[in-house]
Amino acid sequence: MNDSKIPAWVSIIVLPLINILFAFAFSAIIFLAVDVNPIEAAQTMINGAFGYQEGIGYTFYYATNFIFTGLAVAVAFSAGLFNIGGEGQAYIGGLGVGLVCLGLDHTLPFWALLPITMFASMAFGALWAFIPAYLQAYRGSHIVITTIMFNFIASSLMVYLMVNVLNQKGQMAPVSRVFEASAGLPGFHTIAGWFGYGFAESPMNLSFLIALLCCVLVWVLLWRTRWGYAIRAMGSSPSAAEYGGINRKRLIIIVMLISGALSGLLSLNEVQGYAQQLKLGFVAGYGFTGIAVCLIGRNHPFGIVLASILFGILYQGGAELSFDFPNIDREMIQVVQALVVLFSGALSLMLVKPTERLFVYLDEKKKSNNTNAAEA
Amino acid sequence: MSQPHNQENIALELCGIDKKFGAVHANCNIDLKVPAGTIHGIIGENGAGKSTLMNIIYGFYVADAGDIKISGEIRKLTSSKEAISYGIGMVHQHFMLVDNFSVLENVILGAEEGGLLKPSLRKARKELERLAKEYQLNVPLDALIEDLPVGLQQRVEILKALYRGAKILILDEPTGVLTPQETDHLFKIFDALRNQGVTILLITHKLREILAATDNVSVMRQGEMVAHRKTADTDKEELAELMVGRKVRLKVEKTEAVAQQELLSTSNLTYTDELGVDRLKNVSISVKAGEVVGIAGVSGNGQSELMSALAGLIKPNSGQINIGDTCIDAQSPSSAAQVRDLGVGHIPEDRLVMGLIKSFTAEESAILGYQNSDTYNGKLLNKPKVINQECARLMEDWDVRPRDPKLRSSLFSGGNQQKLIIAREVDKDPNILLIGQPTRGVDIGAIELIHKRIIELRDQGKGILLVSVELDEIMALSDRIIVMFDGNIVGEVSAQQANEKILGMMMANIMPDELQQTTATTPGEQL
Repeated sequence: MNDSKIPAWVSIIVLPLINILFAFAFSAIIFLAVDVNPIEAAQTMINGAFGYQEGIGYTFYYATNFIFTGLAVAVAFSAGLFNIGGEGQAYIGGLGVGLVCLGLDHTLPFWALLPITMFASMAFGALWAFIPAYLQAYRGSHIVITTIMFNFIASSLMVYLMVNVLNQKGQMAPVSRVFEASAGLPGFHTIAGWFGYGFAESPMNLSFLIALLCCVLVWVLLWRTRWGYAIRAMGSSPSAAEYGGINRKRLIIIVMLISGALSGLLSLNEVQGYAQQLKLGFVAGYGFTGIAVCLIGRNHPFGIVLASILFGILYQGGAELSFDFPNIDREMIQVVQALVVLFSGALSLMLVKPTERLFVYLDEKKKSNNTNAAEA
Repeated sequence: MSQPHNQENIALELCGIDKKFGAVHANCNIDLKVPAGTIHGIIGENGAGKSTLMNIIYGFYVADAGDIKISGEIRKLTSSKEAISYGIGMVHQHFMLVDNFSVLENVILGAEEGGLLKPSLRKARKELERLAKEYQLNVPLDALIEDLPVGLQQRVEILKALYRGAKILILDEPTGVLTPQETDHLFKIFDALRNQGVTILLITHKLREILAATDNVSVMRQGEMVAHRKTADTDKEELAELMVGRKVRLKVEKTEAVAQQELLSTSNLTYTDELGVDRLKNVSISVKAGEVVGIAGVSGNGQSELMSALAGLIKPNSGQINIGDTCIDAQSPSSAAQVRDLGVGHIPEDRLVMGLIKSFTAEESAILGYQNSDTYNGKLLNKPKVINQECARLMEDWDVRPRDPKLRSSLFSGGNQQKLIIAREVDKDPNILLIGQPTRGVDIGAIELIHKRIIELRDQGKGILLVSVELDEIMALSDRIIVMFDGNIVGEVSAQQANEKILGMMMANIMPDELQQTTATTPGEQL
C-alpha cells in the first residue's frame, strides 16, 4: 500500500547511481577475465570521453542523438505507448532533412535552412509514426509490432532511394552528394569561435542546443499543459483518462506524432550536422538505445540528459578503450553498455527493496537518536 | 475490556501478535481468545488491521512477535498449508474457485489423493454428501461453478474448507455479494456449524451482521484490539464508537423530498457488452430535481453499466438518454466530457480505477475531468497556483486529510480519496449527480459526512442517482428505490414502503405480494 518509504531524491539520484555501479562492477570482472586492469580501463574511458576537447565534443555529439531518441520514447511512454520505431522515424526524418538540403543548399545559408530542415525532419519522422499510431488507435494493431515493422520498411525504402534515386550520377556508392558547406550546421568549435573561445574540431554541433531546448519543451508539455496532463493520465490509468473525458484515439495519434517528430530531429545532428550528406544506416541503433536512455533517465527530460551523457561517455570512451587495448574489441564495449542497460533498465527494481530497507533503518536510527538526545 | 472469561476449551488464542510493514504498524500487540464452538466477530474500519491479523492466523504472513495457540498448543504457522493441517480454513472475500470446474472438482483441487482422479472424486462425493447433511450445506455436486449463483459458490468455499478438516473457519467479509435472504441463510449455516463444534471467525465492517450472527465480538482500531464484548451485552452505537474512537451518528436525518421537474431520464436503454452478454435490457428510469433515486441490486446486475451509459463512458445499443433538453441515443456520439458539459457530475463506483489517478498528486486528481477548464489553464500553460489553491479549498471544504495537495493520491485513505472525488464533482455545481458506491471501503466518520452532504445536495434541488450494494445506505438516502436484476428493472418502491425483506425479494427477481397491485396499475409512478 505505502509505496513511498524513501525520499524522492534517493529514488531519482541514489538508485540509478547504485545500479550503474553494479554494472561497472560486473564489467570489471569481465575486464579482469581478459587480463585488462579495470582501473586502467576506467581511466582510459573517462580520459577518452572527457580528457581532451575533441573527446568531449564526440561525447556530446553522441549524447545529442540519445537525447532526441530518449525524449521520443519518453513522451510516448508517458502515454503508456511503447514506441520502438525511433530507428525508422529518425531514418525517414533524415530523408526529409536530406531532400531540403539537396534542394536548397545552393540558395540558402544554414540559418535560413534550419527552420525548414527542422520542420522537415519533424514532419517526416511524425509521418512515419502516424501510420502505426492510426493502426493502434482505430484498428487495434499493437504499436510495438507495427513500429518495429516500420523500422524495416524505412530501412528498405532508404536503400531503394539511395541506390536508385538520390545517389550521384555515374557513381556506385549509395550516398548523395555532399551539401554545400554553407548549408551544414555549424560545429561547436565554430560557435565557440563566434564568442572568441577556441575549441578543438569535433562533430558536436548546434543540434546539441536544440536537443537541450527540446528537453525543456517536453518537460513543459508534460507537466505544465493540459495536453501533458491528458498524456500522463492516459499513461497512468486509461480507465480514469476515459472517465476524465480524454479522447483516447486522438491522443494516441497526437502523442505518436510528437514522438516521431522528436526521433526525426536526430537527423539534424547526423545529416545536416555531422555527415552533411545522405547515406545509408546513419541511425546506427541510436533509436533503440533511446529506449535504454529513457529507462535509465526515469522517463524524465532531466534524467534523459544525464543518461544521454552517460551513453555518450560509453560510446566515446568505449571507442578509445578498444583503440588502446588490443584485448578489448568493440563487442566488449557493447557488453559494458548492455550491462548498464541490464542493471539500470531490466533490473532497476532489484535494488529498490534493499535500498528502501536501508533508508527506513537509517531513518529509525536517526529518530531514536533524536529521542535519546531529547530525553538526555 | 471484558475478555470472555471461561474455563471451556479455547480453540484459538493469540498472545501479543505484532506485525510491521516497514514503518506501518499493522498489528500491535494483539491478544484474542476464541472459545471452541462459538461465532466470534472481528469488526473494524478499513485499514484497522483485520485482514493482516487473519492472514497471520492463516499462515500467509508470519508475525514479528507473539504466539498463536491452537487448542492450547503453541503452533508456528509459516504457510497456509500448515494452517490447514491444524484445522484452520479460510473463505476469502473473493472466491478462489475455478469457474469451469464442477463443484466436486473444485473441492478436491489441491487435496487430491494419488495420481488418479477417480478414487479421490468418489471419496470426496461420499464425504461431501455427509457434510451437506450434517451442516445443511446443499450444493449440486456436479454443477459447474460458473452456473451457480454467488450464494452457492460461497457454500462451495465453505465445503472446501470443511473437507480439508477445518475446525476453525475464517470468513472475510462474506456477505458483500449476497442478498439479504442469502445472508440469512448463511447465518443459519453458521448456526449448524457451531452446533457441530466448528469455531467461526467472522470479519466484517457491518455492525448489523455482528449483532445478528455472533456470540462474541472484538473491535480493532488502527492496528490495536480495543475491546472485547459479548454480543448480547453491546449495541450498534457502542460498537461504532469503539471502531471510530468517537461518537457517531448512524442515522441520516432528512425531510420529505420535494421532487420537481425531470432532469434525467432513459427510455428502453439496452446495452450488450463485447462478450455478447446483455447487460441492460430496456431500462427506463427518471430522476427529478430534488430527489435521490436509489438503485438497489446484487452487484453485477447492470447497475454499473447503467451508470457508465449515463456518464457517457459506454454507448447504448438502443434506447435514449435524455439529459435536460439533450437526447443521446446509439447514433449520437457521446463522451464523458460531453456529458460533463451538460451538467452531470459522476462519482464513479471504483475510485481507484476511475475516480482518481493513483500516481498523480492530489491536486492533479482534483482536476480530473475538468483538466481543460479555463479556470485551470491559461492560453498555453496551466496555472499551477490556481490548481493548488483550488485543491486546498476543496480539501478544507470536505475535511480531506492530510491537507496536502502535493501528496500522491494513492497515499490518502479510502475515505479521504472519496471525499476528494465527491468534492471535485460537487464543486462544479452540476444539476445531476451520478453517485456509485459512495461509501465503499470508507470509514464510518467519512460515511457520516458524505451521507449528510448528499441529502444537502438533494435539498438544493439536484437530481441524484445513487447506486450502492449496501441496502442500508440505499434505504437511508433514497426517496425512491429501483431494484435491478439481470439487466432488468424489477420494480420500484418508495422509501416509505421499502424494507429489507421487500428489497431482498426484488433483488432475487421476485415481486413481493404487497407491491403487485400497485406496480401492475402504475408502473414506475408511486411517488
